[in-house]
Amino acid sequence: MEAVRVAGVSKVFNQGAVNQVDALVDIDLDVRKGEFVSLIGPSGCGKSTLLRLIADLIQPTTGEVTVNGKSAHQARLDQDYGMAFQQSGLFDWRTVERNIELPLELKGWDKPKRRARSAEMLTLVKLTEFSQHMPWQLSGGMQQRVAIARALAAHPELLLMDEPFGALDEMTREHMQAELLRICRETGTTVVFVTHSIPEAVYLADRVVVMSPRPGRITATVDVGLGRDRNELTREATEFYDRVTEVREALRGTHVGDVVAGLEDR
Amino acid sequence: MFPLAFVFVAGLWEAYKSVGPEAGGKVLGIRLLPRTADRAMPHVWDMTSRLGRPEVRGGTEAIWQVVAAATWYSFRVALVAFVIGALLGIGVAVLMARFKVIERAVMPYLVVSQTVPIIVLGPLIIGLMAYGSRDLVSKTWIAAIILGVFLAFFPVAVATLRGLQSTPPASLELMESLAAPWWRTLVKLRFPAAIPFIAPALRLAGAAAVVGVVVAEISLGVPGGVGRLILSYGQDASSDPPKLYTAVFGAAVLGLAMALLVVAIDRQLMRRHPPEAT
Amino acid sequence: MKFTARVRSSLAVILPPIVLGVVFIALWQAWVEIKDVQPFVIPKPSAIIDALREDPDLVVKASVVTGVNALVGLVLGSVIGFVAAVLTNRYRLVGDLVNPLAVTVAAVPAVVIVGVLNNMYALDSQIGRRLMVTIAVFFIVFVQVAKGLRHNNPTQMELMDSYAATPRQVLLRVRIPNTMPFLFTAIRTAAPIAVIIALVSEYFGGTQDGLGSKISGTLNGSNKALGFAYVVGGSIVGLLFFAGSSLLEYLVVPWQRRRVHG
Repeated sequence: MEAVRVAGVSKVFNQGAVNQVDALVDIDLDVRKGEFVSLIGPSGCGKSTLLRLIADLIQPTTGEVTVNGKSAHQARLDQDYGMAFQQSGLFDWRTVERNIELPLELKGWDKPKRRARSAEMLTLVKLTEFSQHMPWQLSGGMQQRVAIARALAAHPELLLMDEPFGALDEMTREHMQAELLRICRETGTTVVFVTHSIPEAVYLADRVVVMSPRPGRITATVDVGLGRDRNELTREATEFYDRVTEVREALRGTHVGDVVAGLEDR
Repeated sequence: MFPLAFVFVAGLWEAYKSVGPEAGGKVLGIRLLPRTADRAMPHVWDMTSRLGRPEVRGGTEAIWQVVAAATWYSFRVALVAFVIGALLGIGVAVLMARFKVIERAVMPYLVVSQTVPIIVLGPLIIGLMAYGSRDLVSKTWIAAIILGVFLAFFPVAVATLRGLQSTPPASLELMESLAAPWWRTLVKLRFPAAIPFIAPALRLAGAAAVVGVVVAEISLGVPGGVGRLILSYGQDASSDPPKLYTAVFGAAVLGLAMALLVVAIDRQLMRRHPPEAT
Repeated sequence: MKFTARVRSSLAVILPPIVLGVVFIALWQAWVEIKDVQPFVIPKPSAIIDALREDPDLVVKASVVTGVNALVGLVLGSVIGFVAAVLTNRYRLVGDLVNPLAVTVAAVPAVVIVGVLNNMYALDSQIGRRLMVTIAVFFIVFVQVAKGLRHNNPTQMELMDSYAATPRQVLLRVRIPNTMPFLFTAIRTAAPIAVIIALVSEYFGGTQDGLGSKISGTLNGSNKALGFAYVVGGSIVGLLFFAGSSLLEYLVVPWQRRRVHG
């Protein structure tokens, strides 16, 4: 059973109206358990829409989304996934610890269980000393780590992330990417990760799904194949650059031969 | 939605009058409910019809004409006070922005003015003015203007200063790189950038000017003003209750007219600015 | 070196207003002396200080009366305004009805409204005055909290959606806490107004033991020095309210002081 299965899905906004938008057309995507999949594409390609369809925050116009063998709707009700956004969305009025406990509170866990779990998550994201801090006392990167801890608090099997590192500077970003990989390896979580950044997509994922806009669809899939043990050296490896180039070309919609021909035409 | 709101209030008023206690009532031992006798709460119809009848028995002018004339008078006075107060406020703020010493010296008093009930100084200013010049005593409307200016000045000064000081640093650096002198920068950059701060303060200043003028008119009985009407009709309140309310309508119209004016000014000033998130 | 630099910069900040204030008072005193202004026109600063020192209890007692009225009205108006805004958030109609009223009440000079209510209530008790303050504060708080409730942080709303949270959970855990900055800013704005209304409501007769009646009584009479002493008392009350509400805002919503412009 796949962790996520998207079958024949399309999403149309404002159907029939003058501002109708074909956000997604004919999407088929399977994500295996424990797999890390990146979604990448230019603005308007529908990658965030696809993520929200998986999360059941919006519903497909046609087709079906299944998560863990259930409908996406049921999966949301059963809280089978955790989600992280570009803004950390932390509650300013709660401590870091209580922010992480939020999904557990909503599930009705009692206090000792919640405290124990949030302590566990804080250790996981290496922020134990900050448990009593307030979000506005933390840096952007740290806030996102708390958001990830919160997303994983209920030990979901699936993690959905919408450009969570988009607002961070490059150095912090790379550091956060390494941390995220470590955490996901340790917990064995399946991840669907939306990003704008080609190196980020390649560094993190087992598979990079390339999308293009108007209408939004999947144009290519690149198997990264860099193995599970990635580190800073990976970023400097030749295979890494090759994959990045492959993704870049897929985004451009061209192959090497076409590029040379194109140059001659100019 | 405005007319509906007023109908609603009128409805509430009459509804309460029909069920409420004549001499006022107690809730949990506290005298909470207002008196419903016609003397205290005239019927809505009585109040509106009173507008059509003459001011004094046997007089020729309907009272609404008297009230309208007084309202117009007070409006002009308040308008002058508003304009003077606003200009003074902006002027002082510019000086404070230019000379840090002036800013440091005056700022605490500006802040205090926003928190302290300066309206209580009304009688004092009026008294001072009377001392200042004998013939000013007869021109009591000047006192009204002074009080209106006094109250309108402070919010404008505070807000303008804040606006002038909140120019984006990147834009300031641009002007510096273009070797623009301070006053040029003021006119071309700081001032336009401060408009979103000044516009809401102008609303407050308009209302403050009205309050100042009305308070002065009531305390001094400024002839021709709506405050004077409230004063004299109030004295007739026991024999002719709706009369007072006609003057109150006038004051309400005065306040609303000023509010409409400052909102229009606000819109005009802000028409080129991006819509605020709030 | 660092110490003197710091002293110098603190002095640069503190001195100018103090100098301005001292010069102003000195000029005032001098002008009254030189021009031999009669004390019933405008008192000397020294006379004011004398009046204050002679019988501080007078001023304090009056200040307490007015201050308590303002405080009761501020608390009640804020609570009722907040609850009303939360309850009516569901029904747009109520907001649409109250907003024009709020605008009107804000536009009409407070003095006039107080006068009208005086007619209905016979403000001879403190109750009427407290009610006045409550009403004024209510409108301010209601409008601001209603506005705050309409602001929804989209990320937090999506997050709660992903938790399949009920609307009640969303209201309690996200929307109301997000309104706190608006509430406390509104209270800070309303605090000085509460004091003003409490003062003005005393102009219309009734028990004469509050600051407002004392001020109008003495400033219109001959003992202007005492009147000024009362004005000083009133200013202190105003400052206390402002300081108190600012402190409250700082303590409860430390992450967003002054989010809204004025």
